[in-house]
Amino acid sequence: MNLFTEPIGVAHYLVVGAVLFVCGAVCMAPNLNFIAFGSQVLRQDSQWSIGLDGQLIALFVIVLAAAEAAVALAITLNFYNNHSTVDVDRADELRG
Amino acid sequence: MWLGAEAVSQERDSEVTAWLCKDSESSVADFFINHLGWWPWLGYFLAGFIQCNLLLLVPFIGAMFFVWVERKVSARIQDRLGPTRTGGKFGWLQLLADGLKLITKEDLMPAGADRLLFKLAPYVSFMFSYATLMALPFADGWVALHVNVGVFFIIAVLGLEVFGVILAGYASASKWSLFGAMREAAQVVSYEVPLGLCVVTPCLIAGSLDLITIANMQGADANGHGGWFTDWFIFHDPFTFIIFWVYFTCATASVNRAPFDLAEAESELVAGFHTEYSGFRWLAFYMAEYGSMFTVAGLAAILFFGGWNGPIPIMHWLGWAYKPGATDWNFWGYLANLLGCLNFIGKCILGVTVMIWVRWTLPRLRIDQVMKTCLKYCTPIAAAMFAGAALWTYALPGGWLFGSTKPLGEVREAAFVAADKNETSKPRSDQRTTDDGQLSADRSRSLTAYRVPTK
Amino acid sequence: MNWHSVYFLLFGLFACGFALAVVFTSNIVRMAFYLVLSLGATAGLFFLAGSDFIGAMQLLIYVGGTLVLLVFGVMLTAQSPFISMKTRGGDWLLAAVVGGSLLALLIQTAFRIPEWQAGPSPGTTIAQPTATVVGQGLLGARVDTLGKTEAQRAGISGYLLPFEIISVHLLVVLIGAAYLARAKRRPRSAALES
Repeated sequence: MNLFTEPIGVAHYLVVGAVLFVCGAVCMAPNLNFIAFGSQVLRQDSQWSIGLDGQLIALFVIVLAAAEAAVALAITLNFYNNHSTVDVDRADELRG
Repeated sequence: MWLGAEAVSQERDSEVTAWLCKDSESSVADFFINHLGWWPWLGYFLAGFIQCNLLLLVPFIGAMFFVWVERKVSARIQDRLGPTRTGGKFGWLQLLADGLKLITKEDLMPAGADRLLFKLAPYVSFMFSYATLMALPFADGWVALHVNVGVFFIIAVLGLEVFGVILAGYASASKWSLFGAMREAAQVVSYEVPLGLCVVTPCLIAGSLDLITIANMQGADANGHGGWFTDWFIFHDPFTFIIFWVYFTCATASVNRAPFDLAEAESELVAGFHTEYSGFRWLAFYMAEYGSMFTVAGLAAILFFGGWNGPIPIMHWLGWAYKPGATDWNFWGYLANLLGCLNFIGKCILGVTVMIWVRWTLPRLRIDQVMKTCLKYCTPIAAAMFAGAALWTYALPGGWLFGSTKPLGEVREAAFVAADKNETSKPRSDQRTTDDGQLSADRSRSLTAYRVPTK
Repeated sequence: MNWHSVYFLLFGLFACGFALAVVFTSNIVRMAFYLVLSLGATAGLFFLAGSDFIGAMQLLIYVGGTLVLLVFGVMLTAQSPFISMKTRGGDWLLAAVVGGSLLALLIQTAFRIPEWQAGPSPGTTIAQPTATVVGQGLLGARVDTLGKTEAQRAGISGYLLPFEIISVHLLVVLIGAAYLARAKRRPRSAALES
């Protein structure tokens, strides 16, 4: 089958990134893009690959996404402590 | 859309595959492809399959063997004998009996359990425990996955094992299981911080995250000098010595062994997260636990005790070890590597035995004591020792405490210069002959640049 | 049979498949678990692209840290309305239309540029990935540009400042999250009376 033998290029990584983006893993799709553009294995015109920049930017994105997730969970737990539920529709009074 | 890539020549298929299958796998695959003349894809597949099965032996046989060791050691500590009936005086067939019993047990599942997650959890745990063994080298060049960031990879995957535990605790629909799982997750995630600091210190001394490089630096160098046990990193400076003990504590906590085994505390939570598991599913958890113990013991052996290098560099005196730059398969070199592998496994068994010994000697810690140990003792000590080791290697030229014949500063500088040129990052250079793009029958233990052939 | 392509297909199908499973499942704990598998497959894709360090970093930070936290939060607050979440038909239709059109646009763009489709051309050197260049780049020294001329090196800089900034950022997040999630000692009776 063609896909099994044809070498993988950047476009295939972009497709996987697009599917992840549409499904909701918004923070992971640009990482795939950066890694793909910075990869020497995938680029045919390797002299134009962004090389190490792609990996480092992906690193920063991962760290920042982790920080964002930590803060989001802290907010969620705070909300749960106050209202005993995570259903935000129940917090309809200016109290607590 | 992607039909434009039809023009790609068929020979290029194996190039990226060759880059993908680095090092020891490539020599096994090379045997199948070049010597037996099989298809390239089949050669690579068989090479990978063989290595995966060899690694599977570690959790399977290791679990059986360590069960027996545990029963005997715990028995002796408790002033009794342990299994003495099955299999003669030493009861070694008890392992087989235990395995048969577990396989033939009834398959239970709680009524309110989440079926899919309940069934998946033990295998998730086993999968991550097994995955760490991929990057653990057993001898020079004998590693399934030679990543340049070997240490990092192992630490990362060790921390993922907690998912199996959390899923097991949740899916069991039992309060005791959930409590045990939450405690274990908190413990493992907390102890990753001092574990990382402890692991980074030998990497700092070696200048590389590559496990094979770290172990080779503790052995004899290219000229056959050194290689004594004084070259081991544990004797490199007093800070690293203390860091080893902190590492051992954090590693014991990471694999949930006593005195940190709150998650499976028999006296408190029935059996913690694996209360509702029986038969083969429990065996999967058990194998995951012993596999992880083997991995952290192996990591300690490589990082602090020289890995497969013995206390005396016998292999170099006898001339058996591979000379740097050797690319041919040599029986004596293979034998030297085999003995190094046995040496390494011996050190791992010793490490696991010490963990078993500690389990049956010390009382269990409470969860607040566990957290206090991590946050108030292990992390500050690890951080301070890390800073001390960094200052030691920076300030003392050569840097070795016992005084070695190897000038470490020169070695490390050469490694950086070589890394700039994307060449080997070790004193031993095994350059692949890539002029014609074919796989060379090399034992390349270093990561070199692979040149795509111009055709 | 190109094993690189086979593994890419395997990991890509896992990543996409489990991401779709996150969307279509109704049990919130299973959603978190499928997300773990999807991001683990993405880490595998990183390894296939030659970024060993970033792949290991993804496993350590994202899967081993962020998702453990997520699963913790989900299980500590999991209640019956969310154990099985139902999405209405109208929501499905809207999501399918918007998501599908965006996906079609992105895929069509990805395959439009011919240089992005094929692998490396003959004569280029695929270097084995090392962590030295990443570490040195974070410290500000771009050792991967040693083979380049001055003209080619224009505009390429080290990453020391972003490294420091995210260190401070992480410290701020640590303190903030610890403060937000602290245990509050408020008497329940006083809250009920007011």
